[in-house]
Parts: sequence; structure tokens; C-alpha cells
Amino acid sequence: MLEKVLKGSPKYYMWLAFLGGIIGVGVITYLFQLKYGLGLTGMNRDVTWGFYIAQFTYLVGIAASAVMLVLPAYFHGYKHFKKIIIFGEFMAIGAVVMCMLFIVVDMGMPQRMLNVMLHPTPNSVMFYDMLVLIGYLCLNAIIGWKTLECERFQVAYPNWVKYLIYTSVIWAFSIHTVTAFLSQGLPGRHYWLTAILAARFLASAFCAGPALLLLLLMVVKKLAKFEIGKEAIKTLTIIITYAMCINVFFFLCEVFTAFYSNIPGHMHPLHYLFAGTEQGLPWVTYWMWIGAIFAIASLALLIPTSLRENMKILPWALGMLVLATWIDKGLGLIVGGFAPSPFETWATYAPTVPELLISLGIFGVGAFIVSILWKIAIDVKKEAGTL
Amino acid sequence: MKRSRRQFLKVASLSVAGLGAQLAAGGMTKAAAAVKPSYKEDALALKAKRWAMVIDTREFASKEDFDACINACNHAHNIPNIPGKSEIKWIWKDAYEHTFTETKNKYQSKEIEDREYFMLCNHCENPPCVRVCPTQATYKLENGIVAMDYHRCIGCRFCMAGCPFGARSFNFTDPRPYIKDINPKFPTRMIGVVEKCNFCVERLDEGKLPACVEAAPGKIHFGDLSDPESEVRKLLEENYTLRRKPALGTEPGVFYII
Repeated sequence: MLEKVLKGSPKYYMWLAFLGGIIGVGVITYLFQLKYGLGLTGMNRDVTWGFYIAQFTYLVGIAASAVMLVLPAYFHGYKHFKKIIIFGEFMAIGAVVMCMLFIVVDMGMPQRMLNVMLHPTPNSVMFYDMLVLIGYLCLNAIIGWKTLECERFQVAYPNWVKYLIYTSVIWAFSIHTVTAFLSQGLPGRHYWLTAILAARFLASAFCAGPALLLLLLMVVKKLAKFEIGKEAIKTLTIIITYAMCINVFFFLCEVFTAFYSNIPGHMHPLHYLFAGTEQGLPWVTYWMWIGAIFAIASLALLIPTSLRENMKILPWALGMLVLATWIDKGLGLIVGGFAPSPFETWATYAPTVPELLISLGIFGVGAFIVSILWKIAIDVKKEAGTL
Repeated sequence: MKRSRRQFLKVASLSVAGLGAQLAAGGMTKAAAAVKPSYKEDALALKAKRWAMVIDTREFASKEDFDACINACNHAHNIPNIPGKSEIKWIWKDAYEHTFTETKNKYQSKEIEDREYFMLCNHCENPPCVRVCPTQATYKLENGIVAMDYHRCIGCRFCMAGCPFGARSFNFTDPRPYIKDINPKFPTRMIGVVEKCNFCVERLDEGKLPACVEAAPGKIHFGDLSDPESEVRKLLEENYTLRRKPALGTEPGVFYII
């Protein structure tokens, strides 16, 4: 099936070359970071994680969200998802690879990365994070590849794949839970020290991931000329809507607990994110409000069935949802976690240009992987007549 | 063709078997030799079950009082003088409200409010940094000191997110150009690793008290918290002391006489 990667239209090659350019810029910038250190980023003594770890967190969610297709299709025998399931699995592969790269570029000593395996430390959540990410990558690669191959030869997939699929369902929940546990078990970081963080992560992942998938599919179906299927879109948007409602509800629970209890430590991060400090509004505040408005607007467009099923409105609703969840997790979560420093001073952070270029390069790698995997899937499915 | 392949396989399998046998034999001889650590403890080494520090904050008034300790530590441990937000510090001073964030009081005595306080690693009994480190580059010694292996640290900074006291620093840039007067007795660090106060474990091993304690005689006290007869225990009995963020349950080993 790999040969499909090599046969494409000029447009396809131009797209890959464009991504290659972005990746190249990222790699060169990273070489500078390797030489001059993480001082090139906006991180500092008080804000020790930044844009990289935030993207990692968000993308674990995107990876985990493949389960929203897998679960209905394989657990409940929902047939309409069968056609697009492979796209979810292949998107998860791209997302997990990006997660791993974001972790690597965030390390001060990446050449010692294997110390995590040489000195396995079961009391560190990061140890489990490594295990679940590698596991999830393998699961999706094996399942995706094998099911696609069987589709190509028009045979039923072997029974052992089914067990891997069941494992991957549980695994998907575990990867994002473990990611939340990285933050939510730390004493003294008020914004993260909340039992609902893992649940919030899952809810936001299960709306953002399928929304991003659907948006990408809408673009690709025009380029590759196929139909996603009306029923599939209908069901997926309902899943997205419910997950987003739960996501917003969980966030409001946080707001209530912080402000009704009136405990300063719990109020500080939210206050910083949405109302700034005595010294003025940090850059993130504007983003947070855009996120809040987009979250509400996307729900307003998704909850009424007539609007949700309008294919002209749907992409806008999904786009706003993806942006809102990204702002919440990809910007607010890390900044809010570190803003009140251990000394109860306001610690500021903003990503620098090199930091953003390296991140862009990693997104380029993800897009590259997803592009060629989807190309394979589309070509194979077209040949087999299953698209 | 066939024969040569068979020959190749023969030679290959024989050499693999030979190599395996050699390794196994080597391993056995190693195991057979008595395991004796090459490290010998200094006869003068200071020992304790749980090292702890008591800082008499009443004794620190002038900038010189603080600087004596800070400079002694900086020199002993080759701490670079990097200006700005990516500074490295093992021991430093700050205001009451930043040190004791949980015991702020609007109507605090002005004298206490105006005083400055030392901050350093608390060498907690339940250190969150040790709990989260994915490589055991940060670990707890038997004597209660939370130590670090700079050569194992991967620079993930999980320990910095985990430490509720902001006691850790990260080498965002190469620290060596920022060290004025290098002390050859202590290693300098490289770019990309985390570091923090080590309670002068290298000095204790030679029978010396920590550098900051030595630089402030009678103002900072150091001793065994598990020994009821120790100086620190007596001071704790006689004076009202605070610890930073006790509610988090990390059990800090640094006490402040107020």
C-alpha cells in the first residue's frame, strides 16, 4: 500500500513540498535551540512549561478522540462510521507523533531521553505517559494498517485485530487521563490541582478531536471527490455537541468552586486568565475571551438541530469549537497553572518567535504524516470501491 | 551458493555462541568477586538521620548579613550570576508575603513585615520533586537530603512544576560564562539541567557545616531533627517557628524562628 504515497497529482506534491519547507524551518530553528538552550523560548524560572507542553496536552486529546469513531463502530456495531474510521486512526498517529516531538523539543537534555527507559520510575507519571503514548501509536498503526489491508483485499480482518481494537478503546481514555495526571497531582499548582481535570481533558478532547477530523474530511472530500456520508456526519456532530456541552459544564464547575469558596489560590488563576492583574491585562486574557465567546457561539450553532444539520453553517461551528478548545487547553491551561508563582507573584510568559517556529515545524510533521496516510487510505478505498 | 550460505550460517552461529559464553562467563566472574564499594566514607563526615535547618530570622537585618550567606553558597557551588528571569539561585532572600504565602496578615507587626527571609530548598520529607522525576535524577538520601544527579537529568522540568516552593532553577543557557571565580572542588553544570540547594552534602561528607551556616555563625543552625538532644531540636522547643506551606504535607526541613 505504501506505493500510493508516490503516485499523486502535482497539487499533492506541492502540498508535501510546502509542508517540507515548514518542517525545514522548524528543524533549523531547533538546531539553534539545541545550541543556545531553552533560553530562546519565553519560558523562565517561574514559568517552566510553555507553548510546547500546552500543544502536547492538546494533541494527546486529538489522538485520543479517535475512540469516538471506534467505540460506536466496534462496540455498538454502528455501520455508518466504518467508512471514515481509518481517517480517525491515521489522524491519531499524526497527533501522537506530534506529542512525542513536543516533549522532545521541550527537554533541556534530549540526548538523554532514553534515561526514562534506562531508569524506569513507576512513581513518575511521565513514565506512564511514555508507555501509553508509545502503546497508542503502535495500536493505531497496527489496527489501521491491518484493517485497511483487509479492505483492500476484500477479506474480513483477522480476529486478533478485534482484541487490539477493544484494547485501543480503553487505551484512548488512558492516554488522556495520564496526561491530566501529569498536572493534576502537583501540590501548589492551584489551577491544575482538581479532580475534574482528567474529566475536563476527556470532554474537551472528545469534542475537539472529532470536530477537527470532520473539518479536515470536509476539505479532503472536495479534493479527492468522495462522500463522508450524511448519517455519519449527523451522528458525529451530535457526539461533538454533547461532548462540548459537558466540557463547558465542567469548566463552569471550576469557576463556581473557585469563586463561591472564595479561596484566593483557587481564584487567582481564573482571575489572571479572564481579568488580568493590577498591572493590566496579559496577552492571554484577550485569547481567553475569544475562546469563551467562540465556545458559546459554537454551542449556539450546534445545539439546535436545524442549524447543526445545515452544511453551510456546520464548518463555522466546528471551526469555532476547535479554536475555543485549543485556547482553553493549548494556551490557558499552562499559563494559568504557572501565573500565580509559588511566591504568589504574577509570573508572566509569552512564547517567542523561535518557539513558535519550532512548534509550526512539528505541526508540519503531523500534517505531513496525516497527509500521506490519508492519501494511502483514500486510494486504497477508491480501488476497493468502499469510499 | 547453497554451501557457502550454510558455511556462513555455521560460522555466524558459532561466533554468536562463543560471544554469549564469554559474556556469561564474564558476568559470573564479576558476580563471584566480592562486591565492595570503592567509596570510603571520610572519618570526619557529619552524620544525621534527618538533617534540618533552623534560620533565626531576627538575626538578619542588613544586606551584608544576607549577602555573606548567599555569596558563600554561590562560590561553593559555582552558581552563575545570570541576570533576568532565567536566573539560577540556591539560596536567596525575599519579603514576608512571598515567603510565607499562607500566613499573610494585613495587620502584621511592621517589624516582621519589613524583615526579609531566606528561601532555599526545604529538603522535604515527602518531596514532590522526587515523586515526579521520571529518571530518579532527583532522589532522597538516607539522611533526608534531597539530592540531584546533574548527569542523569533530562531537563524535563517536571520537578520544577512539582515543587511548591520554587526552589529549583533550570539552566536555560550555558552557565559557565557567568561564573566569575570557579571553585574547582565542585562541578559546574551544563546547559539544559535543573539544579538546587543540596544542603552542602559535599561539605558534610568532609565534616564541614553547610556554607551558609558557616557564613552566619549563630544565625543559621543545622542539625539532626531526629535527635531530641540536637541544637536544632532545642531551638524548635524554645522558639516559635514557621515553615513554608505546611498544609501541603511535604514536611519541609527548613524552620524559621520569627
